[in-house]
Amino acid sequence: MRIPDIAAGAKVLALGHYQPAHVVTNDDLAKTMDTNDEWIQSRVGIKERRVAKDESVEDMATIAGGKALAASGLSPDDVDLVIVATCTLETQIPNAAAVVAHRLGIKSPGAFDVNAACAGFCYALATASAAVRGGAARNVLVIGAEKLSQWVDWTDRSTAVIFADGAGAAVVGPSETPGIGPVVWGSAGDKSEAIEVKDRDSFLHQEGQTVFRWATTALHPVALEACARAGVDPSELAAFVPHQANLRIVEAIARKLGADKAVVARDIVHAGNTSAASIPLALSRMVERGEVSSGGLALVLGFGAGLTYAGQVIEIP
Amino acid sequence: MAATEQEILEGLGKIINEITGIPASEVTPEKSFVDDLDIDSLSMVEIAVAAQDEFGVEIPDDQLKNLKTVKDVLTFIQG
Repeated sequence: MRIPDIAAGAKVLALGHYQPAHVVTNDDLAKTMDTNDEWIQSRVGIKERRVAKDESVEDMATIAGGKALAASGLSPDDVDLVIVATCTLETQIPNAAAVVAHRLGIKSPGAFDVNAACAGFCYALATASAAVRGGAARNVLVIGAEKLSQWVDWTDRSTAVIFADGAGAAVVGPSETPGIGPVVWGSAGDKSEAIEVKDRDSFLHQEGQTVFRWATTALHPVALEACARAGVDPSELAAFVPHQANLRIVEAIARKLGADKAVVARDIVHAGNTSAASIPLALSRMVERGEVSSGGLALVLGFGAGLTYAGQVIEIP
Repeated sequence: MAATEQEILEGLGKIINEITGIPASEVTPEKSFVDDLDIDSLSMVEIAVAAQDEFGVEIPDDQLKNLKTVKDVLTFIQG
């Protein structure tokens, strides 16, 4: 038996994203439920969100993945594994990854979905990194794509004001030096009922206070540990890109992390909470706007239903 | 020695001021968190977490929703 030559490290080669064109403002929501712009902004920090009218999860994933692939300079033939992080497919079978790979002209790659809810992208990224370093794949297309709008009760202001649609993607490939740090991941299944879709006829339900308490007290140690395992002091971070759950959660974790020089992602203000898509979407948009530079270090931290969480330090492509 | 009600009230006033900006002097026993002080459900969680650190009494979420007034919290913390 033998094993292939393995890469010393893996890194994110390129990013891409997609947002549906349809914008839903807080004033739009106020027309159909008991809420208003001030109420929404003060509680979750969102001004507007995007909602997919015609696009499916697979459609958004394909566009974001295609953009990341184009930006990487690789051809579809160079990709041999596709991972889609999602928890909002319209149907459970087939998975999104094989469909998306086919649409992008990626021939017969390994293809699977990851359901770790809002932490999904970080789980998929860790899996991609391990696959490249272990010789299971050469280049991996990692996509977070969600259509929360089809799982939300649009008369329930506790969830409808928060969740949104979109997709973000990253191409992960081999590297001489490490570009994706060790993942710190875990779960708290004792709180599985805090965020759930009970059955196929139900909408997404969230225990807001339980999730908020957990997110603002249990996650900054995970963030600090991800930095420590990568040998990076928080003061060295150029960016902190947590899951865009709620602006108050983002800011509470950022305050406790103490990464003074880091640009903190606040993409939720205009994108809403897009679950597994929020981290690559936010980071891709930060790179596009020139807010962060190539080669800088970013801490990504996903957390959500399960409850699940995962974080790692990455080099910005 | 356990803190007196007045000491808890002062500590709670300080916590509420830090989290919401509401002057501590407005935090008096008869006030309702939602109706009088306009404190939302997430700020209540932050107050509960800070109160736990300050007074060593855990206020779980299922209890938190029953604590409508400042007096309710004072009573809960005093056990």
